[in-house]
Amino acid sequence: MQLALFLIFGALAVAGAINFLLQKHPINSALSLVVVMISLAILYWSLGAEFLAAAQVIVYSGAVMVLFVFVIMLLNAGKEEHTHGSRAAYLVGFPGAAAIFCLLSFVFLSEGKALGAVTLGGHLNDVVSNISQISSLLFRDLLLPFEVTSILILVAILGAVVLARKER
Amino acid sequence: MSQPDLLTFLLLSILKVAVVLVLTLMAVAYTVLLERKVLGRIQNRWGPTRVGPFGLLQPLTDGLKLFLKEDLMPIASERPLFIIAPIIALTCALISISVVPFGSHTTKYGVDLFQITDLNIGLLVILGITSIGVYGVALSGWSSNNKFALLGSLRATSQMISYELALGLSLVGVVLRAQSLSLRDIVNSQSAHGALSWNIFGGLQILAFFIYIMAAYAETNRAPFDLPEAESELVAGYHTEYSSMKFAMFFMAEYANMITVACVASLLFLGGPSSPFGHTFDGVLNNAFFNAVFPIFWFVVKVLFFLLVYIWVRGTTPRLRYDQLMAFGWKFLLPLAIVNIIFTSLVLALRG
Repeated sequence: MQLALFLIFGALAVAGAINFLLQKHPINSALSLVVVMISLAILYWSLGAEFLAAAQVIVYSGAVMVLFVFVIMLLNAGKEEHTHGSRAAYLVGFPGAAAIFCLLSFVFLSEGKALGAVTLGGHLNDVVSNISQISSLLFRDLLLPFEVTSILILVAILGAVVLARKER
Repeated sequence: MSQPDLLTFLLLSILKVAVVLVLTLMAVAYTVLLERKVLGRIQNRWGPTRVGPFGLLQPLTDGLKLFLKEDLMPIASERPLFIIAPIIALTCALISISVVPFGSHTTKYGVDLFQITDLNIGLLVILGITSIGVYGVALSGWSSNNKFALLGSLRATSQMISYELALGLSLVGVVLRAQSLSLRDIVNSQSAHGALSWNIFGGLQILAFFIYIMAAYAETNRAPFDLPEAESELVAGYHTEYSSMKFAMFFMAEYANMITVACVASLLFLGGPSSPFGHTFDGVLNNAFFNAVFPIFWFVVKVLFFLLVYIWVRGTTPRLRYDQLMAFGWKFLLPLAIVNIIFTSLVLALRG
């Protein structure tokens, strides 16, 4: 059952990611990114991280991507023009991508024991709420990095306000 | 689980989902009738009276009419998105009812009879699905290639994103009290002494209750926050170009969202299916049938109360201006919700 969930939504995530690259219209690309994010949320859920899944849906697909779609709608961006791209991208891109894929799969296969293995399915059988674990990590053990990050975000907000304000 | 057990479990679950779906759609249809009737009485007229006794068959004829109407499609619209948008809106509105417990915990053959699923993040699931529902509104306005529709959908989207913050933060106090995000646990945390232990009274969450109600009205695009479909400025807002069943889907999504908000408000603040008298009358009519029926009765009464308040507010308040709407959400509701969180956690920390 949980294996089926993983297969369905893993395939959906990959299909959404490919569709994201292939679509000509920016709004269709943005919507396929939403599909990818929701499928990822369900994959997190099937691994037993239900809070992460909900946060992923609420923050990424519910807020961040809505703002993306918003900007695309307001700019009224048309269809993108199809260009052939640079020659260098073809020459370096495909071998580079293949090399990274080979390197990653080599590392994962050879160091599998050291990295630890994850079994598919079975994570939802024992009902442990991981919200309390996450909150004790965030608000007790890692309190300083958490607060520093929030100040960083506050600075970013102030910067955005300064940039958006009209000159007098 | 052995084979026949699994089969009964599956069949019962499917039956339960079907029954809940049909009941929700019926409730949506009759909420529309209730609104027309009550608004009529507020404005000193009768409302629909012609079809059936007291106009009770009006929703059926409305549905039939919308089915039979011609389905117009603007030539310049983005076709796939134009069709998908109402489907997203209606689906998201209907899915969120699946985590709502509408009766006491009763299991038969391993199936919880009065709740579709009890998720340990039920509240977050409702918030997440609501935030996905924004896409239905946003895409409908953009894909119909009409300036009024686009303006309406921009208004609706920014309003929903802004008020989602105040809405989410107003629920934190309740979660802190229940120490769980499961709606069943939240209901159980309020069932000790009847109305005295409901979050709105005993839980000292009356501030959060009003923040939630106001944010939820804005979230469902209802009066006095119905700027996305302000008739005097925007024709009909984001569904201007929609006709026939596609329009009906938006209409049903709006009322299904109203029902979800009413359900969540009664679960989180008024104790959901628990009785206002607590355990005072536990000995009276104490058998399996009445123990199952009374919680459902209380839940329906509470949901009906919230729906009536919805209609009452619509019949009596004028519409806000857009800058007033944004200032109200960001400068008033959001700080108030944060104050409520600090106050609740202080009280809980001092007590515990």
